[in-house]
Amino acid sequence: MKLKNYKMSIALRKPIELFRKTWMQIALSIILILPLAIGFSLLYKAWPLLNPDDLGKLLFGSVWSPSQGNFGLFPFISSSVFVAGVGLIIMIPVCLSSAIYITQFAPRWISRILRAAIDILAGMPSVIFGLWGVITIVPIVGNWAKQQGAQNPTGYSILAAGIVVSISVMPYVLNMLLELFESVTSELKETALSLGASHWQAIKDVFLKKLKPGIIASFTLGMSKSFGETIAVLMVVGNVVQIPARIFDAGYPLPALLANNYGEMMSIPMYDAALMLSALILLLIVVFFNYLSHKVIRHYQAKA
Amino acid sequence: MRINKYQTENIVKIVLGIVTLLIVVVLFSIIAGIFIKGIPALSWDIVSQIPKGGYYFGKEGGILNAIIGSLYLAVGASLIACIISIPVALFIHTYLFQFPKIQKRIRLWLDVLWGVPPIVYGAFGFNLMLLMGWPTSLLAAIITVSLLISPVMIRAMDETLQHVSKDLFESALSLGFYKGEIGFRFLFKQAIPGITTAFLMALGKGIGDTASVLFTAGYTDYIPESLTEPAATLPLAVFFQLSSPIPEVKARAYAAATVLTIIILVISISSRIISKKLSKNRTT
Repeated sequence: MKLKNYKMSIALRKPIELFRKTWMQIALSIILILPLAIGFSLLYKAWPLLNPDDLGKLLFGSVWSPSQGNFGLFPFISSSVFVAGVGLIIMIPVCLSSAIYITQFAPRWISRILRAAIDILAGMPSVIFGLWGVITIVPIVGNWAKQQGAQNPTGYSILAAGIVVSISVMPYVLNMLLELFESVTSELKETALSLGASHWQAIKDVFLKKLKPGIIASFTLGMSKSFGETIAVLMVVGNVVQIPARIFDAGYPLPALLANNYGEMMSIPMYDAALMLSALILLLIVVFFNYLSHKVIRHYQAKA
Repeated sequence: MRINKYQTENIVKIVLGIVTLLIVVVLFSIIAGIFIKGIPALSWDIVSQIPKGGYYFGKEGGILNAIIGSLYLAVGASLIACIISIPVALFIHTYLFQFPKIQKRIRLWLDVLWGVPPIVYGAFGFNLMLLMGWPTSLLAAIITVSLLISPVMIRAMDETLQHVSKDLFESALSLGFYKGEIGFRFLFKQAIPGITTAFLMALGKGIGDTASVLFTAGYTDYIPESLTEPAATLPLAVFFQLSSPIPEVKARAYAAATVLTIIILVISISSRIISKKLSKNRTT
């Protein structure tokens, strides 16, 4: 009886292995095809709107009136860039200092607590960040805007969106930075110290130089995440179609455009094409930034 | 007065420490802010009932439909994501073992996929749904979310598999095992802590993601009974109810956010505990 089972399992070994291999290959091809499928499906849907003469008007036009067939996406693109830029400016000092502090200076128990906090932040859904923005950040920004005598004193503004987006992307960037700072060999540190540098001098003059490509790449990826942040930004940015000029102005980024209008996109001709085009632009921005970060690393690696 | 390098270092330490403290303060203010607003609005009725007539004008009912919908969606999507990601992660480490260049390319590709914003997945899911002729349904949402979380899962598993010693693969191969057998029997077992945390991470993402299901889930006041029915999810409940002008409904948005935060915190903390426990007896 036992021998029979054994023979059975031997006979089945090869077909089972074949099954495993096919399953693996199918799964892998799904993953490999997915980005292309996303790109092509969006391109296909946006195609009716894409003719070469109108492309300039589409991307840089500022008139948005779907019912008249005017789809100028520039207010949305500029809002997106503005929000991501403000987010980046807030993110850079905070992320760099905490990465340095956690990996270099903090006692073990503090760094353990901080890492746990970062992990929990990383798991927070974006709607929670948005809600937090509405409760905490918007009133603060609103007060500040009133003091400055801004035109839009509500607080629902580019600045509020920038702050919220920087917080929601921070854990993602921080995790990359932490890994980076941990990769520095102790040899490098010891050499710097033995030459008479203080710990901070070693960090400032040796580590930061050595890690520069990785740091730039991390922030580039963080920037691309900020472009895609939808719900959190949408809840605090004000959603007014205009080209924002100041940080207290309300804006209307691309993801918000998509999220707010998907309901009515079937009712107006070409509206769905315009929305799918905005999704395509988002996708291209993200792929571009990924490529950029990859290039940065490659460039410095080739030099070293 | 000039300060020397040791004084500089001490000042820098304090400044960096204060900036870092900001992270904890922000986390605390998020949790506290939501709990302070949400807990007064929370009651047994809210978590145990579905919306009743006049719910959206501040009358009776609760968000049970959204809680159940979110759980269905997240569990379904995580399971499908497992079916896709486990073999991919194992494939990278078995059949592609001797091709580091291809491994690198795949990782790069996965990073790109990881960076694609949820809203773009949502738009893609919507197109897919129209193409297949599905209605807005739980199924469409599950598939969209599973595609969204697969790359995250694969990357997390890949990370743990990289720490499994290469000798294990080579010695098993020399004993005559097929590559797939090594993957599913040995590497899989070694990577269980990583796979568990990856699963929980995906679960949390599935429960919390709003943008990707906005197009596909639809929204309903009922608990979905089959895959083809629309479903409500917690983040959507927060999002829709917050825009209501009626204070009672708005308060329920905070209640829903509180429930969501608690679920996420439970997942996050239990994943830490589980990964600690599981990796205790392992050498990797």
